Amino acid sequence: MSDTQKMVKVYVMGEAYMVPEGSTIVGAFEYAGFQLKRGVGCREGFCGACATVYREKGDYKLKGGLGCQTVVTDEMYIAQIPFVPADKPIYDMDEITPDAGTFMNLYPSVFRCVSCNTCTKACPQDIQVMDYIQAIIKGDIAEAANLSFDCIRCGLCALRCPAEIVQFNAAILAQRLYGKYIAPKSPELEVRANEIIEGKYVKELEELATMEKQKLVDKYYNREIKIS
Amino acid sequence: MYPEYMQESIKKVEATRPDRLELARKLGKMIYPGMNKQEREEVLNENHPDYKAEARTKVRIGPDKGMVMTTEIAEMLERYSRIDIKNFDLSKADIKTDVLVIGAGSAGMSAAIVASEQGSEVLLATKLRLGDSNSMMAQGGIQAADQADDSPIIHYLDVMGGGHFDNKPDLVKALVNDAPLSIKWLEDMGVMFDKKESGQMVVQPGGGTSRNRMHSARDYTGAAICKVIRDEVYNRADKIKYIEYTAIVELLLNDKKEVSGAVMYHLENKQFSIVKAKSVIISTGGFGRLHIRGFETSNHYGATADGIAFAYRAGAHLLYMDSVQYHPTGAVYPEQIVGFLCTEKIRAIGAQPVNKDGELFVYPLEPRDVEASAFIRECNNGKGISTPSGIKGIWLDTPLIDQINGEGTIEKELPAMLRQYQRFGIDIREVPMLVYPTLHYQNGGIDINDRCETNVPGLYVAGEATGGVHGRNRLMGNSQLDIIVFGKRAGQYASERAKTIEDAGNLSLDHVLAYNKEVEALGIERSKVSPIILPDYIPDHVKAKQLIQEYNGTLI
Repeated sequence: MSDTQKMVKVYVMGEAYMVPEGSTIVGAFEYAGFQLKRGVGCREGFCGACATVYREKGDYKLKGGLGCQTVVTDEMYIAQIPFVPADKPIYDMDEITPDAGTFMNLYPSVFRCVSCNTCTKACPQDIQVMDYIQAIIKGDIAEAANLSFDCIRCGLCALRCPAEIVQFNAAILAQRLYGKYIAPKSPELEVRANEIIEGKYVKELEELATMEKQKLVDKYYNREIKIS
Repeated sequence: MYPEYMQESIKKVEATRPDRLELARKLGKMIYPGMNKQEREEVLNENHPDYKAEARTKVRIGPDKGMVMTTEIAEMLERYSRIDIKNFDLSKADIKTDVLVIGAGSAGMSAAIVASEQGSEVLLATKLRLGDSNSMMAQGGIQAADQADDSPIIHYLDVMGGGHFDNKPDLVKALVNDAPLSIKWLEDMGVMFDKKESGQMVVQPGGGTSRNRMHSARDYTGAAICKVIRDEVYNRADKIKYIEYTAIVELLLNDKKEVSGAVMYHLENKQFSIVKAKSVIISTGGFGRLHIRGFETSNHYGATADGIAFAYRAGAHLLYMDSVQYHPTGAVYPEQIVGFLCTEKIRAIGAQPVNKDGELFVYPLEPRDVEASAFIRECNNGKGISTPSGIKGIWLDTPLIDQINGEGTIEKELPAMLRQYQRFGIDIREVPMLVYPTLHYQNGGIDINDRCETNVPGLYVAGEATGGVHGRNRLMGNSQLDIIVFGKRAGQYASERAKTIEDAGNLSLDHVLAYNKEVEALGIERSKVSPIILPDYIPDHVKAKQLIQEYNGTLI
């Protein structure tokens, strides 16, 4: 850091530290001397490891965000939420059906939703969490799967939910039910998979694998490009 | 928002956009001529970071003594074990299992599922959480030749050419042959691939592919796959035990020099424990967080190539550890996201790389090393745009995507990208992204055969930790494929082996003791240890006040 670097004050679980302006929350922790184990992951917003709650100066609201994607502000109070206790029932995907009944059995808490929308407000991915929970209740699994698709399982929704629903676990179940039972199967994939099981390409692949290098190089640079 | 001084360059990009849009409408993806063999070699030799003299060093110890490797890897291998071997009690195993899987990305978790299906008891150990991996972060897609105008034969050619024909043919055969079966496996588990109403897969081209072969799940492809596989691991709790925040620090060998287990270290309670296993699978991923040549990286926090360190000590041979993949498009602005991956899918669906004057200078979908080298060349030629902190980049002209494919395409196809930039006040539907190559992938790794076996009996490897599948350059979408194909194979063959073994034999660290002596003979400082486990981002002035007497690797 150069001497001219502007610094801001952040409170890590109440303790004040000066960190460079523009730091992410994760970066602020590290600058302060923390070797993070929990509360950090992919550092690009894909894994949900770094759920954080914070309060900004002069704002009464308790906000949630991803530590790797949220920039600190002066006088910000930060606390990490590295783990959210959550029920995860065990199921056999071959034994369940894509309907509300499945959720009634596995995630009965979903049906306690009071439509308060707190989950949606808590989501750092801007997912319409309440809407997908409502879609599950209505049995519209396709809608639930599509709305919840971008969930990265940070757990902030479940943490704030007054009805104690574990939204993020229900979401992956909805997505799997949709992918397995509702989305149409890929016909061309079925055909190709069968060809491979029958060993259709084995001989030709073997020929390529044992081909003299120069011949293979020529074949590669002369191959037809058909992209759209 | 981009700073004021960049506006002039952005205006130039906007000025050339209508002509480039016209070009794309006329010629599709072929808006700029692709390079021939000679042009590719030239741009690589002159610009690719791997081709610089100091990028590579001969490793001085171990099974591949004398092999030329990426300098940072050679340095990591020439380090001491983290444990005090002489005083380490190996008399009793804390846990016994059939198959130990180390690392819980999609490769490790696929291996665990398949091994459990075969009837093996599995212990899955990860130093962070299940699914915390580069697998989760993959955006653009997964290749498989399942379309009518495509075939595993054509896929094979693309893989070999992309890898400069250094790939191990048997591994490529396995990769392309198993590809459609792997997609089917994922579809059956419920992965939500992008499909048309008929069920037909939506497929895009990728750099170096000669067909549209890239399957995707929006731009969360890796997450969509990894989340489903992880859910399946949870569902198999009776067969798959998992343990988190637990790093493996060494492998154990028996008298016959076969793998018989491993030493684990819990990052939080700081306890070591001993696992006895009949087969061990390494699926620890790559080395991005070692920041090769000082590059920023697109990789997960845990990508420190731990498996390479302990496998090498146990006698495993490595392959192509001199080859690093720099993804052409890492973010360079805003500062908070420097190094972030901007998926290749952005170019696959129409965004064009242009220089500071808004000119095209390269076919957008060359193989990654060629494309990255072309970007570096353009910047070296003074055609890049400098950020306030002095990093150079070129524009990736994203607004074209909606103009070519229709309004709403970015929102639908690239929600992760759109969201990430919006968080920092940049709308990629309106303005281009500023990008430069970022450290992305470990092309080399532990040498395996098509059964994922190494030269050390009982030791299997799958995923980015392996070498040979991709030669010296991986194509987009073949890593997501690799981790499923070889993850499943590793699970299968490791389980088969476990079934033939009554007892894994004795547990010994003698190989590590001998290795330490080799390190000592080089005169290496005692404080240098590996595996690295986690990167270290604590600033020096703070570190100077921590653990003043000794600072071994990271603070763990």
